[in-house]
Amino acid sequence: MAGEGFNAPHVDYAGIAPVIALTVGLIVILMSGVFSGTRRWAPGLAVVTLGAAAGLLIWKWNENLSLVSGALRVDNLAIAISLIAIAAAFFAILLSVRERAADEAGHGEYYALLVGSVLGMVLLSEAQNLVTFFVAIETLSIPLYILCATNLRREGSLESGLKYLIVGSLGSATLLYGMAFIYGGTGSTDFAGIAHGIEANGMLHDPLILIGIALMAVGLAFKTSIAPFHQWTPDVYQGAPTPITSFMAVATKAAAFAVFLRFFVVALGPETSDWQTGLAILAAISIVVGNVGAITQDSLKRLLGYSGVAQAGYMLGGIVVASEKGVSSLVFYLAAYLFMNLAAFAVIVARERETPWGDDIRGVRGLGAERPALAWPLTISMLALAGLPATAGFIGKLYLIEALVEGDFTWLAVFIAVGTMISLAYYLRVVAAMWMSPGTAPAGGGAVAGGGGPAGASGSGGAPGTPGSTPVISGAAPEADPVDPDAGRRWYLVAPAILAAGITVFLGVIPQPLVDWASHAGASLF
Amino acid sequence: MINALLWLPLAVGFVGFFLPKRLVGWWATAGAVATLAIGVIMAFGFDNGVAGLQDTVNTTWISGLGVNYSLGIDGLNLFLVLLTAVLWVGGIAFAAFRTQDRPHLFFFLMLAAETATLGSFLSQDLLLFVLFFDLMLVPFYFLFGAWGVDRSSEGGPTAPAATMKMMIYTLIGSLLMLVGAIAVAIVSARGGHLTFSIQAIQEQGVPLGSQRWIFWFFAAAFLVKMPAFLVHGWMPDAYRAAPLPVLVVFSGVLAKVGAYGFLRVVLPLMPQATAQFQTIVLLVALASILYGSVMAFTQTNVRLIAGYSSVAQLGFITAGIFALRADGSDGAILQMVNHGLVVAPLFIIVAILVERTGTEDLRSMGGMAMRAPVLAVLFLVVALATLAMPGSANFIGEFYILNGLFESKIVFACVAISGVAMSAYYSLRLYQRTMHNRKPDGVASREISLRDGVILAPLVLCIVGLALYPQLILHRADPSVQQSVAAVTGGDEPKFAAKVSDEGNYKRVEVEEAPELQVIR
Repeated sequence: MAGEGFNAPHVDYAGIAPVIALTVGLIVILMSGVFSGTRRWAPGLAVVTLGAAAGLLIWKWNENLSLVSGALRVDNLAIAISLIAIAAAFFAILLSVRERAADEAGHGEYYALLVGSVLGMVLLSEAQNLVTFFVAIETLSIPLYILCATNLRREGSLESGLKYLIVGSLGSATLLYGMAFIYGGTGSTDFAGIAHGIEANGMLHDPLILIGIALMAVGLAFKTSIAPFHQWTPDVYQGAPTPITSFMAVATKAAAFAVFLRFFVVALGPETSDWQTGLAILAAISIVVGNVGAITQDSLKRLLGYSGVAQAGYMLGGIVVASEKGVSSLVFYLAAYLFMNLAAFAVIVARERETPWGDDIRGVRGLGAERPALAWPLTISMLALAGLPATAGFIGKLYLIEALVEGDFTWLAVFIAVGTMISLAYYLRVVAAMWMSPGTAPAGGGAVAGGGGPAGASGSGGAPGTPGSTPVISGAAPEADPVDPDAGRRWYLVAPAILAAGITVFLGVIPQPLVDWASHAGASLF
Repeated sequence: MINALLWLPLAVGFVGFFLPKRLVGWWATAGAVATLAIGVIMAFGFDNGVAGLQDTVNTTWISGLGVNYSLGIDGLNLFLVLLTAVLWVGGIAFAAFRTQDRPHLFFFLMLAAETATLGSFLSQDLLLFVLFFDLMLVPFYFLFGAWGVDRSSEGGPTAPAATMKMMIYTLIGSLLMLVGAIAVAIVSARGGHLTFSIQAIQEQGVPLGSQRWIFWFFAAAFLVKMPAFLVHGWMPDAYRAAPLPVLVVFSGVLAKVGAYGFLRVVLPLMPQATAQFQTIVLLVALASILYGSVMAFTQTNVRLIAGYSSVAQLGFITAGIFALRADGSDGAILQMVNHGLVVAPLFIIVAILVERTGTEDLRSMGGMAMRAPVLAVLFLVVALATLAMPGSANFIGEFYILNGLFESKIVFACVAISGVAMSAYYSLRLYQRTMHNRKPDGVASREISLRDGVILAPLVLCIVGLALYPQLILHRADPSVQQSVAAVTGGDEPKFAAKVSDEGNYKRVEVEEAPELQVIR
């Protein structure tokens, strides 16, 4: 497209190489799906694509390039966030091996969409103006709408996709509306230009800008599932195929927070005092709503959905203080969150496939005795999410609280402490189910008696379930037949779980490398 | 050396996973004994006259966040460390003699708990302290929940429910303490280099306005852990749920971490706030003494009698610390060790009695002394030590505490004395009802087995030994205690300092009148 009549911007192809790699990979994966002989290569191709993109990104570490006339910026922050998204996608691909959704949606499409979403995330984390911002956020969202619905035989999956599409579009629309106000007020789409325009045009504390800020905050709150804009999260998390949920929970959050950070701290820097308190209140609401909402959940995916709302509240604290330490703590927390969450999701995928209970908490009863290799990762993940010491979660909270107290938001730090206390009630419930209650006999064993089918409320023995090998198909959980009774021993599920949990503990004991990495990322923004 | 002391239990626990089931208990016991040996060697190398830290380790852990891996021993923690090592040997050996469900995990968690507890005593970095303080809970959570006793048939909570209650109660305090610890470091750094070193923060000083709220964040954590009156709600359920070998170490040591935290962190870092809130904390302490004592002589569950007596004893210790006199704090340290040494054998005896009678109800016990003179003697020593019989180290500890309290708040001291009287009632009641009285039908009185005797006798010997030579602790603790308390009293010598001369006689050394403690109210 270069060089016709107009002055095409100079393009540093080395700088956008990761984006190019992802795009090319996406096309190749899609094409591989066309031919039956190459179809099974799709996961491998996706891994290669992600690996190439990751390599090219790491190559640009510490260079802090500005690309395509300032539309993109490959700085350490962008690279850090992109790497988190790529790692999440890599884990999701592993978890998708033998996943019904991946097979039903045709290998090519499933993996191509996943890579497409990563492409959107990489772009989003590098975005420097409102146009790139919007294009990127749509590039990441649209593949996800489809991916959520790829489990074609499950009503829940389709519902999840549709719900996400509607709510996501609403969020995007709100965001776009806000962008219009900001552009109207400052006459610029460029982040730096907006910051300049606010001061130069005398728009400081102007209602036009404030409305724009509010709308954009709401739009981004939809994307990062911050209460009270989180209603879709548990439903979508529960309905989507679990590998996709795991990807969404971490990567979407990381990318959306990256742009949240960039836009508010850089473009709206002059208005900091206006949005700080508002965002702090959103964070506090999120912490309370997410943690209280999770207490009553029996579905582990819903539980993690609500917990994600609460965690988003903690992370928002990193933006609220608008300081370098805040940004670094957010990046650290996102990286820690990646491993904590993925360990849990890998175990959930394994249990979904080997028990008739789907992602219900009953599926992990007695796991400590039955499958220690799965029980340990899930235990570590829960303890880390609860912020107990010797895990990355503790250091992450420590980092965030330090940033908050330094930024004079001690009250929000107290909210985090109180929220963490509430969160123990549900995280420890999962741990207790694994180690402190006897295993529920699998339905296939025939010895289940009236132990309750997959449907029904929590607690055993209440539901008039149908014993025997055929699970209840009563609308509650039609997906509940065990697909693979040995899933708990498959390396592609056990290895990611143990790896993620191992890293969680490692970073809790030796956090220095990640702290350095996060502070480099944070410093590149200022 | 200090690193070996701290990490040996955990390392032993890891290795234990690779041993066959019947060996793992003995392996764990050996690990605990080795830890004790290291502790004893360090105690021998301890320089008595120095107030500062000895055997220190200090390396940067997370440089960006100002956290150091910093350990050290001084008079405040030396004997608590030893107490920890001693009681863990007892608890683990007691468990090793019995068959445990899932032994690998059980002993691993026990040893991990030892490392965490030692860590919280040894830490000289505020954040490291908070970290270990929180970490202690995790192994106990699993031990109580998975190996605990289900009380739902008696209308009580299940073990996981009781444990959850304990976790939530204790972590409220701990998490607030995390915020408090970060705040105290940031406030004292005043924009300069951020450090969590307790010593450095003390030197930099904390502004009074911040001290006031941070004080309560720390106090919440420590008071819940003890537990003190009003925040003791988790204790009855947790004590009834806990497996007895675990309860031996839990009640013996963990409660002391809270009291120790006051001496290590609160007094030096928040001196003005401490002086200001002295009366409130003393009121809580007195309420704990009265409430704990009254509950202890109305309960019929033997575990709860011991549990509530701990509440009362910890009330005493808190009162001693908040007398804000060196005497009181000296007594508090001595009493922490005493109480640990008393309550641990008490729970072992309770476990033995429960095995004999098959019940935990005091009303259906009795007559156990008939054929068991040795058990009866050991129990009697423990019971008499609990009620602070003159001649026991507990008497000296309580004497010091009351002495300190008399100097600062005479009214409180008068009330606290009633606690001493009540402790006689509940400990004698426990002894009489179980060992004397009529033997219920179908229960045989048996002598203590050799294997239990091997555990119990050394613990009782420790009590006796300490009774004969309490200066062992007082001498070493005093310089550090003086330093901690001086932070609050502004370096003035306390009005009276009761010193124990080398001959072991009490000698009141009159010191010139110190200006009254400034209490800002």
